[in-house]
Amino acid sequence: MLVTALLTTALTFAAETSGVKSSRIGPTVKTYKGDKCVEDTEYMRRNHMKVILHQRDETMHKGIRTQKHSLKNCVDCHADPKTNSVLGKDGFCESCHVYTSVSIDCFSCHSAAPEKNGQPRKAADPAGLKEKMHTSAVMGTVNGKQP
Amino acid sequence: MSLNRREFIGIGGAALAGMALAPGLRLVELAGARSPEEAVTSLQRWGLLVDIGKCHDCDACVTACHEENGVTSHGRPATDPQWIRKVTLKDRQTGYVTTLPVMCQHCEEPPCVDVCPTGASFKRVDGIVLVDKHICIGCRYCMMACPYKARSFVHEDTTNQKAHAPRGKGTVESCTLCVHRVDAGRIPACVEACTKDGNKAMVFGDLKNPNSEINKRLASAPTTQLRPDLNLNTGVRYRGI
Repeated sequence: MLVTALLTTALTFAAETSGVKSSRIGPTVKTYKGDKCVEDTEYMRRNHMKVILHQRDETMHKGIRTQKHSLKNCVDCHADPKTNSVLGKDGFCESCHVYTSVSIDCFSCHSAAPEKNGQPRKAADPAGLKEKMHTSAVMGTVNGKQP
Repeated sequence: MSLNRREFIGIGGAALAGMALAPGLRLVELAGARSPEEAVTSLQRWGLLVDIGKCHDCDACVTACHEENGVTSHGRPATDPQWIRKVTLKDRQTGYVTTLPVMCQHCEEPPCVDVCPTGASFKRVDGIVLVDKHICIGCRYCMMACPYKARSFVHEDTTNQKAHAPRGKGTVESCTLCVHRVDAGRIPACVEACTKDGNKAMVFGDLKNPNSEINKRLASAPTTQLRPDLNLNTGVRYRGI
């Protein structure tokens, strides 16, 4: 454990001193609106599902409707202004979930389009998006390429 | 009866607000006093009163409900979801016809909750009966148990859902008493539409608040529950059936 920690520190130090910018593995996820998430990016990468799940039960059963950790808030900020959705090839949610091969079923019920003035804007056809998502996932596996 | 801390404080606050001014006048109305981060409490029980004498041939409530919650028709009446419907009653002897809206009656003892195998069908502490679609497996036991035929199964893929009313294929849904509006201190869409475009036949309010409009009306004239023989103590009551 200690060895690993030391090794990681050494590597980080080496990378920093040599001036090499470490490239992260995985897709480049476009975040769209907002420079700052409700929590740290690192925390959200690991724990976003825990956060959403917790808020889900609070809202459903206790009627606690705070904006901060709500799925609605995620969608409002991260939806692609072009498709008006968090789904689709460059969509905030889908681009990463296709890469990690994690299927999300949030949006079979929840709206993937941001809400504007209390009414959701006309979203891109969700059926079409689903179709695309499926194809890109399959293509990703077959070609071994990052979608 | 045991009270948790929040309920105790709530009661204390309500008592103080009640004492501060003359009876019937309150600084803080219990309804709408809740902030978004506060959980619902059993200090309230939401209910509806429908005056059948005023309800005529009009479907403003049905249209408003389905518009508000994004409930769309596929042109297949047998399987289309229905959160609220107009029921027509005819006295066969006199030929007198009455119509009334029927939706989830938000029972105090909901049979749908009793039969649910997963706990998806539940009653919030403020009396609103809901389906937690995250854990609903679509078995439809609740639909069979409900004496009011209030619940619908979503048979087809849903599109263009409202952000405040998620709906999805394979789950059961019903009137939520516009819980998203109630949590924001507003009244349900059906009541709003009935007051604005309809015949002013519906009143929404807190059944536990003695000074609420609904309680005053309930106290001033005879009303009934649908199927009172089942002892479900419904939150929706009717006048003039």
